[in-house]
Amino acid sequence: MRAVIELDHLQVDLGRRTILKSLTGSLNGRAIGLLGPNGAGKSTLINALLGFHAPTSGTARIFGRDIRTDIQSLRRMIGYMPENDSFIADMSGVRFVRYMAELSGLPPEAALERAHEAFFYVGLGEARYRKVGGYSLGMKQLAKLAQAIAHGPKLLFLDEPTNGLDPPARARMLQLIREIRDAEEMHIVLSSHLLRDVEECCDEVIILKDGQIAGISNLEEERRTNRKFLELETAGETRAFAEAFEKLGCDCAVFNNGKMRIILPDGIEIRELYAIAADQNVQIRRMNYRKDSLEDIFLKAMEPVGGQSNGRI
Amino acid sequence: MAVYKRHYRPYGGELTSNWTRFAIIPRYALQDIFKSRIFTGFMLACFIPFLVAGTLIYFINNPIARGLIGLQGESPFNVDNNFFFNVMKFQGSLAFLLTAWVGPGLVSPDLNNGALPLYLCRPFSRVEYVLGKMSVLFFLLSLIMWVPDLTLFGLQAELAGHGWFGSNLHIAKAIFLGSLLWILVLSLLSLALSAWVKWKLAASGLMFAVFFVLAGFGEAFNGVMRTYWGHTLNLVFLVNEVWADLFDVPVLVRTSRRMMENPVFQSVPTGVAWMVLLGVCAICLLLLNRRLRAREVVR
Repeated sequence: MRAVIELDHLQVDLGRRTILKSLTGSLNGRAIGLLGPNGAGKSTLINALLGFHAPTSGTARIFGRDIRTDIQSLRRMIGYMPENDSFIADMSGVRFVRYMAELSGLPPEAALERAHEAFFYVGLGEARYRKVGGYSLGMKQLAKLAQAIAHGPKLLFLDEPTNGLDPPARARMLQLIREIRDAEEMHIVLSSHLLRDVEECCDEVIILKDGQIAGISNLEEERRTNRKFLELETAGETRAFAEAFEKLGCDCAVFNNGKMRIILPDGIEIRELYAIAADQNVQIRRMNYRKDSLEDIFLKAMEPVGGQSNGRI
Repeated sequence: MAVYKRHYRPYGGELTSNWTRFAIIPRYALQDIFKSRIFTGFMLACFIPFLVAGTLIYFINNPIARGLIGLQGESPFNVDNNFFFNVMKFQGSLAFLLTAWVGPGLVSPDLNNGALPLYLCRPFSRVEYVLGKMSVLFFLLSLIMWVPDLTLFGLQAELAGHGWFGSNLHIAKAIFLGSLLWILVLSLLSLALSAWVKWKLAASGLMFAVFFVLAGFGEAFNGVMRTYWGHTLNLVFLVNEVWADLFDVPVLVRTSRRMMENPVFQSVPTGVAWMVLLGVCAICLLLLNRRLRAREVVR
């Protein structure tokens, strides 16, 4: 399968600072999350993929096309919803989206039809004749989404789409993103520092840290293969307790303060755990089933490690 | 599909060709500009010099018509290079006012509202963006400068007959070249100023300042230093100088010997005037290149 985005030692310098440091990786998901703390280089990566910042060295390919040489043809396939306010205040919503669709290459009649459709699709149908400058923040975000999808792109870049939205508007925006993803007509790159947004919408995630790739993770695969594990809080001698589990074929990790994580293989029942605890004279004070969440993956990626990972978590 | 059905549908229709896409900007901009009745009135008023000059040409070439309004004998003046030079000077002033009105509103709202990334994330380059915005001014300024002037030239050639067209072809060339130069200077300057100032009113004010305050400095410099190089700060003077050269008329009418000896009343060499005006255009292009980017880089 051809990768949606391939990063090939992509480096971007702005002024004298290196913002993206030789990024290498391949992203194939239907909805790709771009995660990282503030200043990690998320927006710079999107800007480089859109051709706003020229790579200093290396390159990237979108659907196999090089951003250095094919950016004009790539832009025909791209929709972009910027992070900041971006609109033409004096235009009505539908005229603004029609204008943008025409600039993307749609003939005027088709652009008008698509602008109306896009406005109804994002739920702003009733407000489409009002001036964009008079919209609320949530409506402006939806209008930005409408202009990004009106021309039918193959890849949609969403830069912090839920910024500044109240909870109902945020839920509506995430719902729309999921609908677009599930329609399977376009790929999505969602940049956010909100883990929940990415977890709810994406099936693959790339985590940036200080301009480097801290990790790439296929969330869909993680969800499928990620076995449930038991999280225990114990009192007593945990080392021998853990060794006893390992003899049963369990994967076991021991942390401070008597905390343990145990992955039970098929066929091992919880009551055996209690039996071992009784034998070892260990008290089990708390026991929870858990799954690795995106937060765990993110925190693991953020741990200080020597050198660049550039690999899959 | 009915618009009320909320379902995403990919677009599979035809696309417009790349080279026609920059024309979308002027189409939308002109629709917006002509929504204002005051502007439409002003635009119509800009055709008054054309109508007056056309009427004059008709009467000058038609003794019977002159007789009907009570003017006897020879015409008081001829339709020659001086006539067209003066018509163009008047229309040049109107072109300046029109640019100060329309120009700053073309780029500054896009920058204020952060709309540039929306233009430039599409198959649409910065050059096409500038060309699109410039073509709005080119269209409007052409309508009040070289189009009516060449029409007047054609009217005069038709009415005068006897080889007037052939012997005065250099006037047509002067009208076209002179107008193009003025349109280029005005459009680039207004786009560059509005790109840097961002605020429409301030950009209009700055446009007046560049033309009149700088000219005032230039004249003060001339007066103090007893030189004529201060004229290089006066864009109106420079363009008049180039036009005068193209129309082959004197740029300064010096009425006394004292004025002829005073360096302040000397004009700068025409080559210098061309160089300064084209230099202003180049600086404006550099300013636009620095400013019109999808993302600003803080160094």
